[in-house]
Amino acid sequence: MTRVVIVDDHAMFRAGVRAELTGAAAPGALEIVADAEDVPTAVAAIREHRPDVVLLDVHLPGGGGVEVMRQLGTTETRFLALSVSDAAEDVIGTIRGGARGYVTKTITGPELVAAIKRVAEGDAVFSPRLAGFVLDAFAGSIEVAAVDEDLDRLTEREREVMRLIARGYAYKEVAKELFISVKTVETHMSSVLRKLQLSSRHELTRWANDRRLL
Amino acid sequence: MVRAPALCDDCCTMTSTAPHHEVRRATRDSTDNYLGGVAAGLARHLGLPVVWVRVAFILTAALGGMGIAMYAGLWMVLPTDERFSDEAPGLASASRSGKRPGRVRRMADMGPTIALGALAFGIVIMVESVFGRGALFWPVVLGIVGVALIWRQADEAQRERWLDSSERLDPVKAMFGSRTWASYARIFAGGALILSGLGVFALTGGRLDVAREIVVAGFLGVVGLALVVGPWVFRLSSDLGQERAERVRSQERADVAAHLHDSVLQTLALIQNNAHDPATVARLARAQERDLRTWLFAEQKDEGASIAAALRALTAEVEDTYGATVETVVVGDVPVNEHVAPIVHATREAMTNAAKHAGTGKIDVYAEVSPSRVEIYVKDRGVGFDPSSVAEDRQGVRGSIVARMERHGGSAEIRSTPGAGTEVVLGMPLQEEKS
Repeated sequence: MTRVVIVDDHAMFRAGVRAELTGAAAPGALEIVADAEDVPTAVAAIREHRPDVVLLDVHLPGGGGVEVMRQLGTTETRFLALSVSDAAEDVIGTIRGGARGYVTKTITGPELVAAIKRVAEGDAVFSPRLAGFVLDAFAGSIEVAAVDEDLDRLTEREREVMRLIARGYAYKEVAKELFISVKTVETHMSSVLRKLQLSSRHELTRWANDRRLL
Repeated sequence: MVRAPALCDDCCTMTSTAPHHEVRRATRDSTDNYLGGVAAGLARHLGLPVVWVRVAFILTAALGGMGIAMYAGLWMVLPTDERFSDEAPGLASASRSGKRPGRVRRMADMGPTIALGALAFGIVIMVESVFGRGALFWPVVLGIVGVALIWRQADEAQRERWLDSSERLDPVKAMFGSRTWASYARIFAGGALILSGLGVFALTGGRLDVAREIVVAGFLGVVGLALVVGPWVFRLSSDLGQERAERVRSQERADVAAHLHDSVLQTLALIQNNAHDPATVARLARAQERDLRTWLFAEQKDEGASIAAALRALTAEVEDTYGATVETVVVGDVPVNEHVAPIVHATREAMTNAAKHAGTGKIDVYAEVSPSRVEIYVKDRGVGFDPSSVAEDRQGVRGSIVARMERHGGSAEIRSTPGAGTEVVLGMPLQEEKS
């Protein structure tokens, strides 16, 4: 059973997600153990309940979802960011802060359940939009051989996977399209996530800044 | 003791907005004024009926002029209660854009003023008859009336400034405010009265040349004062200008917020009216969401005629027209030119087809723009069809998409499987800009 904590500053939204998850998940597959409305209560609730997955709102009183992940430090709990904001800074910032995925609040119940399951299993969850941001961030080849070259550039396969995700393909469809297994797709995704989180590539920050300026 | 209701309101708003106790300050009342609003403001501050305060002023004025001095002093030091309006954004915005009734000019109730004026005049006559015609009396009265008139005009101009935020502060406006004949008349009448007051004083004192000297001395005094105080006033006015710029900015923000809330309210009302029709509700909600998202997160700013902007516009159009949900992801961007326009048109056709025929109401659009090439993918998970079985005369796919793309040097591929959805893949090479 996957134990979930919902963190969002809108009570109505928490209630909605709770209802949605309860309705969409198979009986006994998911348990919502707590919810929280700001950074301190979220940190306390997560420390107390040690959930498998935290649905984390990006904009949160007390410093945002990133602050929750920062205060908790390394933990077994996995975070799935959930937000109405499509701003690139928010998305990339949250992923770099430690979230294993990013979905917008308009996601349907079954999709959310699937995403939670995926995150609980240690995989990454990329919405088409997030995939687009990743492609944008890693776009263009940097000529200078960076120190951490493998971190600073997507492989051709990873790029392919990202493009298919951005086109709206499901994991299974991606696998079929590229003649690889779903497991391999997941490996690629996790690898992209790692690069996104660890890359010190200056282009990435500059890109984010540019986006803000646009 | 009678408490004016306005005071109560002030207290309530004060305690609700500020956590700590604020010092209560008296202000001049700009709504209930005959002269400077001092009496009304003071009455509100002290919680007394305004008539008592007015009578007290007139009485003390009659008895040795103390009231006049007090009134003048208070007029100088008390700030007007006319401040930057602190209304809810929607109301303030509506007020500014003229959607709410403005301040009503109090021309109707002149009766009490005339009565008070007559009373004052009577007292003056009485005092004169009792104490005899003093040499100083009429000059002083003339001077005071002149000063009062000029101050009254200053008040008008000040109110004008508070109310009107759109313009820079210019000195003439600061002086004359609304620039009606009344404002000019007040200033000139005031000045003339002061001068004639001086003249009367001099004439009763004796000879004409002395009178001229006194008038000249008074004039020089005014000039000297202007030189001393001028720079300070000028700086003050520039401060006011900055303050106004700040205010304009915050008003613009408030206006946008109000507009936004307005649109949300409209949508909510429409949703309630259409509660029985899920498709309409979803379409309304989606359109509103897009609207808010665009504004709130500024990510989807209009960058003019770029391909990303064009696709966003298409997204909105298809969502609004067909009630579909379109997830549009754009990587890279390029201005729309003659190479890009055909692919945008073809994309529109593909999106329309997907919205009309797929039957799922969900479309994924992905555009990848590199300096040399634009690729756009339009995907749905709908019913799909067999591309080879489409009749030759079906214009939609062949004419608008494939033929159009090929005519302009691009490519179009339609991949569809019955039952598994359709994907339209469009590609267009861009001319390398080498020059």
